[in-house]
Amino acid sequence: MTIQKTTEADKTIMTIEGHVNTTTAPDLDAALIEELSAGNNLVLDFEQVAYVSSAGLRALLNAQKLANKNGRDMLIKNASDDVVEVFEMTGFIDILNVE
Amino acid sequence: MATWRIPANLEELDNLTGRITQLLEENDCPQKNIIQTIVVAEEIFVNIAHYAYQDKSGEALVHCAVANEDGRSVIRLEFEDWGIPYNPLEKDDPDTTMTAEDRQIGGLGIFMSKKMMDEISYSRSDGRNKLVLVKYI
Repeated sequence: MTIQKTTEADKTIMTIEGHVNTTTAPDLDAALIEELSAGNNLVLDFEQVAYVSSAGLRALLNAQKLANKNGRDMLIKNASDDVVEVFEMTGFIDILNVE
Repeated sequence: MATWRIPANLEELDNLTGRITQLLEENDCPQKNIIQTIVVAEEIFVNIAHYAYQDKSGEALVHCAVANEDGRSVIRLEFEDWGIPYNPLEKDDPDTTMTAEDRQIGGLGIFMSKKMMDEISYSRSDGRNKLVLVKYI
């Protein structure tokens, strides 16, 4: 999994490529916490994310809780139908902001 | 079909999912079914690695096949371990309506497995836990 960051005026865009699983989720977790702790709004481009396991959901939940606490936005864009299906079946579609 | 006997250790995860992916691709399985199968395989294998042997090391036996059962094509995934007796199907489903602040992650892996597979069954004999998961293609 790779993460590319682009900074814009009011947000950081993180483009994630690969899969978010038990092995790779800690890296995503660390990157999300770092950005949100720095006070940035986040846009996560999920177009190149093949799948997300429960470890990935855990990282996204941690980040969303921090975003909520800090009054920051975290938006997930371009997720595939399969990934959106996972968000829906687990109820995460209501916790995360998925466009 | 293939059977792998591997250490029940998180370092084995990516190797395992890679092998399952290769097997399913060789059998021309649809990409969506491949992804669902490897997510489920991860969830089950990680649970075995974390909990089956408590603080000791142990192994898992993983079997994957694409077969024709009762006239339909299926992906069959089986996990066996020699760990403590544990039936993951007895775990309560997580409450998927809770807010972010109250949401628990525990139980999510087996819940996702139940949702993504069409049949799932547990048995224990000869000191082994066995979980069989079937996905209709």
